[in-house]
Amino acid sequence: MLKVPYTTGYLSEHFADDDYTTLEGYRRRGGYEAAKKALTQMAPADLIELVKDSGLQGRGGAGFSAGMKWSFMPTDTDKPKYLVCNADESEPGSFKDRILIERGAHQMLEGILIAGWATGAEKTFVYIRGEYAEPARILQRAIDEATEAGLFGASCLGTGFRHEVVMQRGAGAYICGEETGLLESLEGKKGQPRKKPPFPAQYGAFGMPTTVNNVETFSHVPHIVAKGADWFRSLGTEKSPGHTIFGVSGHVARPGLYELPLGTPLSEIVFEHAGGVRGGRKVKGVIPGGMSMPILPASELDVPMANEFLREKKTMLGTGGVMVMDETTCMVRAATVITYFFRDESCGQCTQCREGTGWMNKIALRIERGSGSREDLDLLLDVAGKMEGQTICAFADAAAWPVQGLLRHFREDFEAHVREKKCPFPESFEL
Amino acid sequence: MVISAEARSRIDGEIAKYPRRRGALLPALHIVHEERGHVDVDTAREIGEIFEIRPIEVMEVVSFYNMFFSQPQAKHHVYVCTNLPCSLRGARGLYEELKRHLEVDASGNTADGRIHLGHEECLGACAYAPMMRVDDTYHEDLEAGAAKAVVDGLD
Repeated sequence: MLKVPYTTGYLSEHFADDDYTTLEGYRRRGGYEAAKKALTQMAPADLIELVKDSGLQGRGGAGFSAGMKWSFMPTDTDKPKYLVCNADESEPGSFKDRILIERGAHQMLEGILIAGWATGAEKTFVYIRGEYAEPARILQRAIDEATEAGLFGASCLGTGFRHEVVMQRGAGAYICGEETGLLESLEGKKGQPRKKPPFPAQYGAFGMPTTVNNVETFSHVPHIVAKGADWFRSLGTEKSPGHTIFGVSGHVARPGLYELPLGTPLSEIVFEHAGGVRGGRKVKGVIPGGMSMPILPASELDVPMANEFLREKKTMLGTGGVMVMDETTCMVRAATVITYFFRDESCGQCTQCREGTGWMNKIALRIERGSGSREDLDLLLDVAGKMEGQTICAFADAAAWPVQGLLRHFREDFEAHVREKKCPFPESFEL
Repeated sequence: MVISAEARSRIDGEIAKYPRRRGALLPALHIVHEERGHVDVDTAREIGEIFEIRPIEVMEVVSFYNMFFSQPQAKHHVYVCTNLPCSLRGARGLYEELKRHLEVDASGNTADGRIHLGHEECLGACAYAPMMRVDDTYHEDLEAGAAKAVVDGLD
């Protein structure tokens, strides 16, 4: 089955066209013209300024300014510099990068070529999650095609600029999506994140200056170069410009991908685009940006999907993975599934995370089975609070936040389990 | 030698792409898994020689990643995604039904050892739930009947 977004925009407008995945088809629609413009008419410093001016935020979860990130790359070094494309998409609820590769690999590669020129990098390592075998085949074919056509290699587009793309497949570890865990994995080690500083721009892949960007972040770049910063800023909100591809899953009538401007109200995504909750039921809660991001209750769905608004609601855009849960859903069950995931995926390096994720899962399970006590609710929050901000990487925060969010908005679900000594949601999804 | 000459030459091709040999360790482990399905001690020793690291360092990497194995594996791996988006759409019921259908033992293997059934965390197919990964292939928007037909069709 062909998987393309239901609503399209500049990123995904050609994703339904099969020939768009070939170099010829991509070029026929103006592909690699932006790269040609960048490499032949623009100085690297001007390109970095352009991307800064556009306000493009990284689309991998943290939302940091892409142009700023590029500007951290040293210009006065004789060490080789690298880019890394983070295609380790593993955040539960996220599946946009997969489609950006399957249906638009050349768009991403063009962004990489432009970013390579802007940062003076000689090589890009694309690290793609191991389970994405089919996207990896598609991507490798696109890399080979572009390299044979002289877009990459010893003299990209005949300009004398050298840039190569190397794809590496991960092997099933969520933590390798964390940028320094990814770098360790890329170097052939266990994917245990590094202490920062030094940041990747100083000491990245193989110890060399490195910039890590997400698949989607690169995919925006050719459009910004072609149409300018003002055009990009005319879309989305003042602080969060541009489009993104929202992935909508869970209890909606039309789960799928929706390319929309940042700042689109969550309610519009859920009710208009995704068709509301299936079976005429009511929404209970929505996770707005992948499983690490705290849940929002049905009463707060009018929030515009951009970080400056979501932060006021104590959550974030994350990867734009929107998970919808209807009124039958037991939020304690949701907590057991979420905490199991983080327990399973903790790399084990930091005590707070290794132990804390296990304890949160045990306590959530105890409550779900009806053998929890009132104190367990506070214990759960206590453990989450002691993990947050205490570890080498943000994984522990990502594990703590959803638990805190569930207790903030659905404490009554937890209390009902303790009171009734069983799960009071017989129609909830099975565990 | 346990690693074939063909695999060895593919590994050398990967090594050439990296500034340090060890960068090609994960690609090499994928190549070895394609050929042998797992990395035993003898294989780890050979890989260690290629990468100029100790066999224990190879096994350390093998044990860290879910897609690498140190024991012989069933011919086919079937994994049902049971993370939250899939669970909301009936993945756990599907998983239980497949367990019964395949009559797997406690470790998830069929009696003939041909198929291993397990569950996996989010596979990036959330809008197409429930789904399962069979070896390298995704099967999405599954109903029990379709899922059973897929596993019944495995050689």
